[in-house]
Amino acid sequence: MNGYIHSIESCGTVDGPGIRYVVFMQGCPMRCKYCHNPDTWAYEGGKEVTVEEIMCGWESCKEFLGNGGITVTGGEPLMQIEFVTELFEKAKQRGVHTCLDTSGITFSRDGRTLAQFDRLLKSTDIVMLDIKHIDNEKHINLTGQENTAVLDFAQYISEKGIELWIRHVVVPNITDNEEYLHKLGYFIGGLRTLKALDVLPYHDMGKAKYEQLGIEYPLSDTPPLTKAEAAKARDIIMEGIKSRLRNTIS
Amino acid sequence: MKPMELPSQWAGFKLGRWSSSINVRDFIQNNYTPYDGDSSFLAEPTETTKALWNEVLDLFQKEREAGGVLDMDTKIISTITSHGAGYINKDLEKIVGLQTDKPLKRSLQPFGGIRMAQNACRENGYEVDPEVVEIFTKYRKTHNQGVFDAYTPEMRMARKSAIITGLPDAYGRGRIIGDYRRVALYGVDRLIKDKKHQIDTSLVRMTYENIRLREELADQVKALEELKELGSIYGFDISKPAANAQEAVQWLYFGYLAAVKEQNGAAMSLGRTSTFLDIYIQRDLERGIISESQAQELIDHFIMKLRMVKFARTPEYNELFSGDPTWVTESIGGVGIDGRTLVTKNSFRYLHTLENLGSAPEPNMTVLWSTKLPRNFKVYCAEMSIKSSSVQYENDDLMRTVHGDDYAIACCVSSMVVGKEMQFFGARANLAKCLLYAINGGVDERLKEQVGPKYRPVAGDYLDYDDVMEKYEDMMDWLASLYVNTLNVIHYMHDKYSYEKLQMSLHDREVKRYFATGIAGLSVVADSLSAIKYAKVKCIRDENGIVVDYEVEGDFPKYGNNDDRVDQIAVNIVRKFMDKIRRHHTYRNSIPTMSILTITSNVVYGKKTGNTPDGRKIGEPLAPGANPMHRRDTQGATASLASVAKLPFKHAQDGISNTFSIVPDALGKDNAVFMGELDLDRLSEEVNKN
Repeated sequence: MNGYIHSIESCGTVDGPGIRYVVFMQGCPMRCKYCHNPDTWAYEGGKEVTVEEIMCGWESCKEFLGNGGITVTGGEPLMQIEFVTELFEKAKQRGVHTCLDTSGITFSRDGRTLAQFDRLLKSTDIVMLDIKHIDNEKHINLTGQENTAVLDFAQYISEKGIELWIRHVVVPNITDNEEYLHKLGYFIGGLRTLKALDVLPYHDMGKAKYEQLGIEYPLSDTPPLTKAEAAKARDIIMEGIKSRLRNTIS
Repeated sequence: MKPMELPSQWAGFKLGRWSSSINVRDFIQNNYTPYDGDSSFLAEPTETTKALWNEVLDLFQKEREAGGVLDMDTKIISTITSHGAGYINKDLEKIVGLQTDKPLKRSLQPFGGIRMAQNACRENGYEVDPEVVEIFTKYRKTHNQGVFDAYTPEMRMARKSAIITGLPDAYGRGRIIGDYRRVALYGVDRLIKDKKHQIDTSLVRMTYENIRLREELADQVKALEELKELGSIYGFDISKPAANAQEAVQWLYFGYLAAVKEQNGAAMSLGRTSTFLDIYIQRDLERGIISESQAQELIDHFIMKLRMVKFARTPEYNELFSGDPTWVTESIGGVGIDGRTLVTKNSFRYLHTLENLGSAPEPNMTVLWSTKLPRNFKVYCAEMSIKSSSVQYENDDLMRTVHGDDYAIACCVSSMVVGKEMQFFGARANLAKCLLYAINGGVDERLKEQVGPKYRPVAGDYLDYDDVMEKYEDMMDWLASLYVNTLNVIHYMHDKYSYEKLQMSLHDREVKRYFATGIAGLSVVADSLSAIKYAKVKCIRDENGIVVDYEVEGDFPKYGNNDDRVDQIAVNIVRKFMDKIRRHHTYRNSIPTMSILTITSNVVYGKKTGNTPDGRKIGEPLAPGANPMHRRDTQGATASLASVAKLPFKHAQDGISNTFSIVPDALGKDNAVFMGELDLDRLSEEVNKN
């Protein structure tokens, strides 16, 4: 079947374990203020490809991808869940490690949707879930969507026993807040299959793309977060995780 | 027959074929100790090393303050024995010897060309002694004069238009590696004896070739005599083999020092010395006469000397190479043909100098990389790369099958068996410009002059792939012929007027010679042909009908995206041009090879190449080496590397380079902000313990 992609990165080193063949899908329902890929938002456009073309691309670079695999990101890859499912099934048939980088926004426990997710998750080795904000109101403000589906998806992945990496972008004045970071940690401390925490300091390298696309950059007054501040944020989240673990036992 | 008396300096070595004939590889194979441990044994710099290195750093600082050159010799012509002993600080130096009588004083080397020597001096504020100028103008011909006497008008034009560039016709060709290890293992007297035997057993039917060989061998003997004298200038008798580690390093360095005193070649590489020297260090460690700290000190001091090697160069030369490189390349590691690693403790010690002395581009530490290298060594290499950004890597698994396990790299990629193979360095032909000549019937697009043959230019508004390819083939035929013949002139004259007698004295008599050619602009050619084939390319002509620009309508596959439609064009061009080179007579029956290699000079070549059909504008740099054009590889690094990896090594045996830079953040997660391998169960246990 055919999908619409934005681009391919054949040497992805930050989207999952090892060196990975990263597929950026086209189209996203979220409008995160700090998004650095606004060019992946629109559903129209993108390059039409088949699953087989992606697999051929992976095949031709596989010498370099020894410890890695395929990562699908976006955009929001689950807007094209059928395509991603077919791709992951093909990948697993060939023994390729699969990683899904998603916002989880399309998740629901409704019968038909859940069946679709179940089929995809059967061929998924790692889910990298990007929790944008732990507070629902703030989440709406930041992304234009509620976070209930996202958090429920996190729970569901944990229930299914699938390896979970949590990513969180720390933005000055938005998420760089002790209370929210701790709360986020407390939440993810309850996810049994959590294997990695990826704290991403906010940067403004996406600015140029907004200019090119003629979109106003919403965070033009927000400074990038330093690495030291990000490390501090990580420690707070870890504290949140630990307090959840303490409470779980008692 | 009475048994041969063995030198006492060889005590403790396992004998073999090496003990009765000159055979360093056999010595190494019989005596080295492979090492698969980690780096924990390495020693810090000694106080002496620190003090001495600080003095060198002061000198480097003074050199920079003086505008790049500290001092120049303007009167004494550099030979192996031209200068008295020179020191940085005699009391501290464990390894001695400088190119002139003072550190960082650049020597005067006019045999390649007196004008180049004059320019190098003048541009740095010095003037060559008028008497020296007179001698090398009136009485002693130079390589440069010889070449220009024999060049045809066509060769001069091709040089002027820069379709052939960087030719070693006014400076030393370099790229020859003497087997400096022989000096340490055998002592100079034994080498002289061997050379004399070679003369005695050389053919006496006096053909041109045999006369030349006899004369060269006689010159080599003289060079070895001078080498011995160089040792005695510094108070050492190097006629005998080295007796311990310090002598081994010192003898070997004298061999190299003699080479750089005699030649200022474009690349003066060291060879493959670390594992050889490890045998001496290991023997001394076992005898208990040296400590690890002293072993490291010897290597630190040796490397210090190599970092101080300098030549007098002109600003244009430095611009071409983006700096003042000497290419003191040392090849480290690799795997033997018997499967044992050639990594020894001394391989670590060499790399460790990047920590003890800080990072530096010279000597050019080159790791011969194999998937089968010991893991600990791989880890140490990675660590050193991260710390110093100064380690070069080359594919041992590929080169070992061609050269065996005692080859080394000259310059940056040219591989040759040490002491048994050499190469004639041949710069490069600009294939991008050649494509423009094909389109314009041999008229140079910048000079607007007829440089190539007056073939029929393309007609009409749009370029047709088959038509352009046919014309390009013809123009490549012309270029290959002119290029090889130009190089034939150069190497004939270099042998005649600036023969590398010391370096060749550290080779066998029967040397395998490579005739190295090179190409520039491969990715521009591939993309241009792809544009012509898959998009529409419109010609823009000037008032005389010369095509000076192109309009590309539509998109086309670009080299560097692992797309066979264009990658195979690149592969074909490499094969075709190499085959065209192969068809010509090469000087001294040398074996033609080709490199796809430019590390910095692609910038200068770009300035001299007009607009190209891929949309590249005049003045824009060509991509370095075999790299895809900047920003056209849009599928990420592995796709880009996969395109380059398709280029056939057998048609580009002198090396394929790909310049790759990446910001550290793109190389993986930063542990400061990433928490991998979380285990909540364990964490839970931990937090609930208290």
